[in-house]
Amino acid sequence: MAWYERVLSVDRRLIYAAMGVAVIIPAIFTMHIPVTLSSEVRAVHEFTEEVKDGDILFLAIDFDPSTMAELLPMAEAVMRQVFENDGRLLMSSLSQFGPPMANELITRLAREYGKESGVDFVYLGYKPYPAITILAMGTDFRVPFPLDFYNQPTDELPMMAGVHNFDDVEGVIALCGGNAADMWITYVNAKYGMPVALGVTGVMAADYYQYLQSGQLFGLLPGIKGAAEYEQLTNTTGGEGLRGIPYQTTTHFVVLFFIILTNIAFFAQRSARARMRA
Amino acid sequence: MGGTDVAGLIWTGVGALITLAIFSFLYRDNVVYKFVERLWVGVTTGYWTMLLYHTSFTDKVLDPLFRHFSTQWFYLIPTILGILMWFRMSKRYGFVARYALAFYIGISTGVYIPLAIKTAILFQLQGTIRAIEPSLNGIMFAMAFLGILCSLSYFFFSKEHKGVLGVSSKIGIYTLMIGFGAGFGLTVMGRVALLVQRVIFLRDYGIELFHAL
Amino acid sequence: MKMQIPLILVFMCGVAMLAQFMIPHEYSEDFFQYANDFVIVIGILALPVGIYSLMSNTVRKAQRDPKERPFALVTIGAYVIMIIGGMKAEWFFSPTSLSTRFFDNILIPAQATLFSMLAFYIASAAYRAFRARTALAAVLLVTAFVVMLRLIPLPEPIATWNNGLVRWILEVPNMAAKRAIVMGVALGGITYSTKILLGIERAYMGGE
Repeated sequence: MAWYERVLSVDRRLIYAAMGVAVIIPAIFTMHIPVTLSSEVRAVHEFTEEVKDGDILFLAIDFDPSTMAELLPMAEAVMRQVFENDGRLLMSSLSQFGPPMANELITRLAREYGKESGVDFVYLGYKPYPAITILAMGTDFRVPFPLDFYNQPTDELPMMAGVHNFDDVEGVIALCGGNAADMWITYVNAKYGMPVALGVTGVMAADYYQYLQSGQLFGLLPGIKGAAEYEQLTNTTGGEGLRGIPYQTTTHFVVLFFIILTNIAFFAQRSARARMRA
Repeated sequence: MGGTDVAGLIWTGVGALITLAIFSFLYRDNVVYKFVERLWVGVTTGYWTMLLYHTSFTDKVLDPLFRHFSTQWFYLIPTILGILMWFRMSKRYGFVARYALAFYIGISTGVYIPLAIKTAILFQLQGTIRAIEPSLNGIMFAMAFLGILCSLSYFFFSKEHKGVLGVSSKIGIYTLMIGFGAGFGLTVMGRVALLVQRVIFLRDYGIELFHAL
Repeated sequence: MKMQIPLILVFMCGVAMLAQFMIPHEYSEDFFQYANDFVIVIGILALPVGIYSLMSNTVRKAQRDPKERPFALVTIGAYVIMIIGGMKAEWFFSPTSLSTRFFDNILIPAQATLFSMLAFYIASAAYRAFRARTALAAVLLVTAFVVMLRLIPLPEPIATWNNGLVRWILEVPNMAAKRAIVMGVALGGITYSTKILLGIERAYMGGE
C-alpha cells in the first residue's frame, strides 16, 4: 500500500485520539495565547459601558447545555460589566434548559456584587414559543411574565415601576444558541426599533455579519473568541472564554495539520493515477 | 476533608462519570452509553414537563382561571382552544385540533409576513443600496455589492446560466463558497469550544477531588 | 367543514394581524397584545401532546422489544423521578433538591458531552472529506484554512495580514453570500406563509 493510500484510509479512532491529545495538552501545560480584538465586540462593550447608574439593559440568556460553553462566559462578562457600573439588568431565558443555568449565574453574581432581585435586577424566567413571547414583551413585559422566575408579581417589583416594554430599556443583548437570534432581530429591532446585539455560537457567527453591516445589529459576539475578547475588554479574570483559547489553538493546529496532510496525500494519489493512465 | 461539600463532590462525580460514559461512544457503541443516553432523555422530558407546569401553566392558565377569574375570565377562551389541541391524539376526533391550530397558525403567520419583509428584504436592501465613497471602504462596499448581485443571480433558475448571467452566477457561486468556507472555519471553533468546556470541567473536578482526598 | 372552517379561521386571523401591523392605533395595539397572549396560552396547552407522544412511544417500544425494555424502563424511571422530585415549586427551584441535582449532574453533563463529540466528528470530516477536488472546493478549503489560522499565534507581520484578511472575508464576501441567502430564504418563507394564509398549503393540518 502506497504511503498516500495509508494516510487517506486512517482509522477514525486515531483521528479522535489525536484530537484528544490536542485538547489535553493545555490542561497540563499553561499556555498564554494573545487574543486580537475585533470592532463588533468592541461595539458591544462600548454600548454596555454606557449602561450605568440605574439604566436598564435587557439581557436575553437564551442558551442551554449544548451551547453554554460559548455563551455562558459572555453572559457572565456582560453581567459583571453592568453590575460594576451600577446598571440594572432585566433578563429572560427563552430556551427550555436555560433557566436553572441562568439562575445559578445570576444568584452567584448577585451575591458577589451585593445586588438584590427586584431592585437591581429582575429575572423574568422562561416561557415557551420565543417568537410570541418576544412579541408579547414588546407590548408589556407583564403580559408573558405576570410573575418573575422567583414567583413574585412582576408589577410589584420596585425595578419594574415605569418599565413596561422595550422602550423603557437602553437596548437588548441576546445570547442565543439557536434560531431565537433571528427572532430578536425580526421582532425587536424591526418591529420596535430597539438597538440589538447578539452573542452567538461559532457555528452561527458567520450568518450575522449582514445584519451588522445593515445596522440591524449594533454589535456581535462571535463564539468563544468573542467571549474571550469581551473578557479581555472587561478584565474578567478566570473566565472560561480566555481559558479556552489555548485549547482552541492546539486543536486548530491539529485540524489544520490534518487538512494539509490529507490534501498532500490526495494530490499524490491523483498524480500517481494520472501517471498510471498515461 | 474538613469544609468540603461531600454531597456536592459526589454529585459532580456523577456528572464526570456521565461525561466519560458518553465519550466511550467514540470507541464504539456500548451498553453504558445507551444507559446514559436513555437516562438523559427521561431526565430532560421530566424536567421540561415540570418547568412548563411551574413557569407557564401556573401563571398563564391556573392563576387567571382559579384566582383572578372575575377580571381575567377571557383566558377561558384560549384555554378551551388549547385543550382542543389534545384531540390530536385521537384517530377519530383528531380534526377538532385543527380549530385551535388555525388560530395559532393564522396569528403567527400574520405577524411573521410583514416583519420578515422588513427584516430580511427591506433592511437588507437598504444596507446594499448606498452611495459608494471614493475610499478603501467604498471599494470594499462595491466588492460586496457585486458579490450580493452575483450570489442572487446564482439562485435565479428561470433562465439558463449563459452569457452575462452565466458569468455573474459563476462569480456568485465562488462568493458563496467563500461564505461557506468562513462558516466552516468558525464552526470548527464552535464545536471545539464544546469539547474544551468538558475537558476543563473534568480537569477542575479532578483537581477538586485530589484536594478533597 | 372539518377542513374549510379551520382554513377560513387561518385566513381571517392572518389578515387581522396583517391589518393590525398597518394600523398604528391604541385599539390595534391592544388587539395585538390580546392575540399574542391567547397564542401563548394555546401553545402552553399544546406542549403536553408532545410529551405524551414521547413517553407513549417509549412504553410501546418497551412492550414490543425485550432488548429495549431495560433502557425504556430507565427513561420512564428517570421521567417519574423528575416529576415527583419537582412536583412542588420549592422542590423544583431549590438548588439542592433531587430534581435540581439530576438537572445539574445528569442533564447538563450528558447534553454538553453529546454535543461536544461533534468536535471529534468535525476533525474526522475535515480529514476524510475536506479535499480540494475542484476549484470551488479549493476556494472553500482555503477560506476555512485562513479563518482557522486566526486562532494560531503566528509571527508578525503574518498575524496582522491574516487578521486583516479574515476581517475582509467576513465583512465582504461572507456578508454578501449570507445576505443573498437570507433574502432568498425570506422570499421563500414569505411565499410559503402566504400560501398557508390562502389555504393552498395545508400540510400542517394533517390528513382528512
